[in-house]
Amino acid sequence: MKRKKVNVAVTGLNNVDSPGPGIPVVRGLLDSMEYDVRIIGLSYDALEPGIYMHELVAKTYQIPLPSAGQNSLMERLRYINSIEKIDVIIPNFDAELFNFIKLADTLENELGIRSFLPTLEQFEERQKYNLPEFGKKYDIRIPKSKTIYSVAEIKNLNQEFTYPLVVKGKFYDASVAYNADQATSYFHKISSKWGLPIIIQEFTYGTEVNVTAVGDGKGNTIGAVPMRKQFITDKGKAWAGITLEDGDLMDLTRKLMKNSKWKGPCELEMIRTNEGEIYLIEINPRFPAWVYLAVGAGQNHPEALLKLAMGEKVKPFTKYETGKMFIRYSYDMICDLKEFETISTLGEL
Amino acid sequence: MKIKKNIALSDTGFVFNPASGDSFSVNPIGLEIMKLLQENKSHDVIKKHLLETYSVDKDTIEKDFYDFAKMLEQFKVTETDEKKES
Repeated sequence: MKRKKVNVAVTGLNNVDSPGPGIPVVRGLLDSMEYDVRIIGLSYDALEPGIYMHELVAKTYQIPLPSAGQNSLMERLRYINSIEKIDVIIPNFDAELFNFIKLADTLENELGIRSFLPTLEQFEERQKYNLPEFGKKYDIRIPKSKTIYSVAEIKNLNQEFTYPLVVKGKFYDASVAYNADQATSYFHKISSKWGLPIIIQEFTYGTEVNVTAVGDGKGNTIGAVPMRKQFITDKGKAWAGITLEDGDLMDLTRKLMKNSKWKGPCELEMIRTNEGEIYLIEINPRFPAWVYLAVGAGQNHPEALLKLAMGEKVKPFTKYETGKMFIRYSYDMICDLKEFETISTLGEL
Repeated sequence: MKIKKNIALSDTGFVFNPASGDSFSVNPIGLEIMKLLQENKSHDVIKKHLLETYSVDKDTIEKDFYDFAKMLEQFKVTETDEKKES
């Protein structure tokens, strides 16, 4: 079968110890049997390893940081598109999604660049600080949470919570605090990196299980694969994981997808307590960095997303292989200074 | 008590629980016991079989079998079958 040629732009090329999902997404796209995908990398930093993985990423362009705003991003994408003729764009960072969602219509209408992203409403209602309301709306258990804006609010937390509790950043980072001093320290550390607010969440005892999923925006779950981390780094990231057979998790995922009519990729982070109850602790509105495990287990979620973005009808996956593992590894690429110089000075490589 | 249906038990003694993702290994006698449990054999039948097969006294079998069964429970690979147990 002749594969259709398509140019796909992907962010999240920071394949570091706390990896972005870009490279695993790229691997899934390149595995496609139906599309002959050429990858255009979009990077924020000249040392993102994916920039130098030429066997995976054909060409990379630096793009402005999300804080620069939508106009700067649009201007840059106009330039990149004038050279690369991008068909589909897959953003992979939480922090950049707002801009990409806001620009989605303009990108498609003006430049012909398609995407398949959550709606702004979906993106907002699953924000960590909105999660309790999200749980109520869709009848899903959520640990008790509170949004705080000032370190002074920590001293009164013991009236509503018992320690330990979890201190979470707006986009990333979470630390378990066993007393008010630790909570204060994590408040400063996380807010200095990701800004305010900080989310305080009740600590739920149990096993963390995660699901990578794709919704078609009409209530259907196109694919879903649950995983348990087997080896966790000091940043809390999975360095090894295994697919699970868990009907309850799958039911909850399908319920969430159906009720919220979720559009696009997502990662559901959940805790299964020793009593068997499942609590949703976070929804990330993008693929997780371990999404290639789903590909290995028989569900190519990045390819499914590409098809959805291209306007194709996609049949939901009905099975995946249980007990499939991923083990991450680090690898030292040898790169020429000339390449680093080119991406640093010209903003493209 | 019997082994849950979804538990994968290989001939090498590798045990995998697909619901939790946990895996562990048992020695050949542990494997033998688990296979008998998979066949829905009662505790008494299994203990009798061990007593006849291995050079071991009844008290040791009682104690070691009890420990092993508790360990399987802790690893959540078993479920109770009240009819069989009674």
